[in-house]
Amino acid sequence: MKKLKLKKILFFTLILHFAFCILHSTAFALDIKREVLENGLTLLIVEKHNLPVVRVTVGIKAGSIVESEEKAGIANLTAELLTAGTKKRTASQISEETEFVGASLSASGGNDYATAALSVLKKDLDLGFDLLSDTILNPSFPDDELNKKRERIKGGLRAQEENPEFVASREFKKAVFGIHPYGRLVQGSPEALDRIKRDDLVNFHSTFYAPNNAIMSVVGDITPEEVKNLLKQYFSEWHTKELIVSPQKPEGIKEKKIINIDKDLTQANIILGHMGISRDNPDYYAVSVMNYILGGGGFESRLMQNVREEKGLAYDIHSFFDANKYGGLFEVGLQTKNESANTAIEEILKEIKKIRSKSISDAELSDAKSFLTGSFPMRLETSQRIANFLVAVEYYGLGMDYIDKYPKYINSVTKDDVLRAAKKYLDSENFTLVVVADQKKAGLKKEFKQ
Amino acid sequence: MKKSFKLIVFPLLLTCLVFTYSAINVFASENTSLHEEMLPNGLKVLALKDPSAPLAVFQIWYHAGSINEQIGKTGLSHLLEHMMFKGTPKYAPKEFSKIISRAGGVDNAGTTRDYVFYYQKLAPDRLHLSIELEADRLRNLIMAPKETLAELNVVMEERRMRYEDDPQSLVYEEVLSTAFKNNPYRWPVIGWMQDLKQITRDDLYEYYRKYYVPNNALIVIAGNIDIDSLMAKIRKEFGAIPRGGDIKGAKIEEPEQIGERRIFVKKEAELPYILCAYKVPNIFNEDSYALEVLAAVLAGGKSARIYKSLIDEKRIALSADASYSSFDKYPFLFYLDATALPGKSINEVEKALYEEVEKIKKQIPSEREVQKAKNQIEASFIMGQDSIFFQAEVLAMFEMLGDWRLKDKYFEGIKKVTLEDVQRVAQKYLIEDKRTVGILIPIKKNADRK
Repeated sequence: MKKLKLKKILFFTLILHFAFCILHSTAFALDIKREVLENGLTLLIVEKHNLPVVRVTVGIKAGSIVESEEKAGIANLTAELLTAGTKKRTASQISEETEFVGASLSASGGNDYATAALSVLKKDLDLGFDLLSDTILNPSFPDDELNKKRERIKGGLRAQEENPEFVASREFKKAVFGIHPYGRLVQGSPEALDRIKRDDLVNFHSTFYAPNNAIMSVVGDITPEEVKNLLKQYFSEWHTKELIVSPQKPEGIKEKKIINIDKDLTQANIILGHMGISRDNPDYYAVSVMNYILGGGGFESRLMQNVREEKGLAYDIHSFFDANKYGGLFEVGLQTKNESANTAIEEILKEIKKIRSKSISDAELSDAKSFLTGSFPMRLETSQRIANFLVAVEYYGLGMDYIDKYPKYINSVTKDDVLRAAKKYLDSENFTLVVVADQKKAGLKKEFKQ
Repeated sequence: MKKSFKLIVFPLLLTCLVFTYSAINVFASENTSLHEEMLPNGLKVLALKDPSAPLAVFQIWYHAGSINEQIGKTGLSHLLEHMMFKGTPKYAPKEFSKIISRAGGVDNAGTTRDYVFYYQKLAPDRLHLSIELEADRLRNLIMAPKETLAELNVVMEERRMRYEDDPQSLVYEEVLSTAFKNNPYRWPVIGWMQDLKQITRDDLYEYYRKYYVPNNALIVIAGNIDIDSLMAKIRKEFGAIPRGGDIKGAKIEEPEQIGERRIFVKKEAELPYILCAYKVPNIFNEDSYALEVLAAVLAGGKSARIYKSLIDEKRIALSADASYSSFDKYPFLFYLDATALPGKSINEVEKALYEEVEKIKKQIPSEREVQKAKNQIEASFIMGQDSIFFQAEVLAMFEMLGDWRLKDKYFEGIKKVTLEDVQRVAQKYLIEDKRTVGILIPIKKNADRK
């Protein structure tokens, strides 16, 4: 399982009311209680009493989309430092208290929003909410913790250089999005990280970490009344703030870009793609179906069938549309031995051209719909997944009845819609191609060379 | 352990086990019940009904892991796992997964040193598909030579991705093959590249016929299932399969290690890495419980010793961990591993790791620390139960070791661990003479690369 970004999960693994299991009294359904509190916090609650566990996910609309290029990485750094000390607790105390009861509390940044997550046993609920509120409302950003964290993030970025997939992905995003935040790593860059001071973090936090800029989902062995009481007790000091945010959309420049990176590898890591769509694009569902058939449907996909099953060229080949709030990307990725790089790239382009020029079959269409609509319960199997899902649904404005609407969206997609989507959103000429490989062994053709 | 070193899909989940319930209600919710049956042909079946689960799972496990292979033909078990998707007379090569995904399900498989397992996640009323498909491919795999060759290529790409181009995984591979001299645990589950290149279709088919027999298999079904109807289906489909020959495993005894072993891997990489592996017993030895607790005391989280020392205080490691799992069929290993921060020497890191080991040997751990470790193990298990897949897997793991009831014994064992036990097992097993150490030395092959 590779990097499972929430959008991707949403994309492939969309939810649906349990169409097939209609008559059981225990048919799966999600009873969501939604409320916008006085302080502007959007609260979503799902009761699930199968286990004495509660999960809380808080999405704060303070992803890297709101940060400046100069201080790239500050959104993630702020989130990661929430648990590094508060006005009344040190980092050590926070981890000791959390871990003693076997709970977990963490926070990190994302492209669109930052996420703080709590998992706690029912019996320790009070402590959990105490810690969660303390870290979100009153982080102290101690200097030594800032330095340690910065060192570790930089070290982590350095370590990741060892991973050819990471290197390819980083170069790809940068090429597609340019200076737009989506083109950067959420962690930022070593240079930008060095420019961030404690005051910057304090300002960023006080600017963006407001209840009217956040979504909280609570899932598990808890009632709405219990939630309200806990919020009253621990989050009453979280007050509305005035927000002035104007995130930019990325600029779409249509041109071919090729990046070759030379490394001592046995495999070429290849990414081919370009800008995609944003989450609110009305063609999102036609694109979902189209992508499933092209390269999102695991073994069922055309890319898999061609490149892995028939030609044995790769263990994993996939395509996806990463649809964020303000823009998105499309990519096909695979790893194949150096010597097969040319063939692999050619096959990818062949498949893209094919799906753009010829209608998909009835069988392909119905299989795609079958899976996309039918696999829904899987994505809401656990409280953790539900909690994350709720925040995403709210953030992307999908509606609380999204679970019911989704199958209708998918089932209404026609073959013509898929063809139209392929023509509009796939490009076999103006793409970005990144190849991280032993360049000599790969012997790339001229058209795939920088 | 952070990396996907092997093809074991869920090793870490399984280190956190067992909660005491009454004899009948063995798992999550109030109304769960377990049915146990052995078919006349030796096939064991466990059926777990959990009305609170939104989906169901079918798992079939075979005692057909890499431990059954021979020198010169390593990688057979895992390759066979791949081939199981390649068709029978009844279902063409692409059909298996297609049928499952059309039904809105997902399917996958995994190979470990000891076992191979196949699973599908589906709506409860679709589980009959799994039963039909798995009973079919247990007996009727075609294994066409062309398909086998193509799949061999895929496995080689997988090997390149997971090992050849992943420096830390190479260290892991070296450590294993050095720590064990006689035990087949010494070769990688995916097999040596040289062996993969010379495996024949007949090798594979012979292995399949020998090990994929009902008396060598276990089925676990779980979810909101109708046990009676599914059991009837299983008896019908699987019951017809004749019992296979008795499989006599060679008695594997690893000679005693009487001195430290050290290996080095020089490869293009970013940061130095160290992996220390100590020879330890498995679950059939009473010391295994204390070893689990010891691992958590050392590295259960940010408040545990190794993180605090190496990452927080000394700031010499980017990551540092201790891990142990008692679920191998034969005595296996207790790991310490760490990645150095840029600019820090691996010698310093190694020294610091041993310092923590010596500390706990010299001075008994605190009551709070040990209680924290136990709380973490317990909480993790409770939370894991949210997934019906995890519930099924836990049952299966213990049954494959001899008896699913072992899991109760397991938790009792964890509960009973004393401070003295933790210290005692550190003194007994974490000693230099029983240790194998692997170190990654990063090199830059060509100065003008990149």
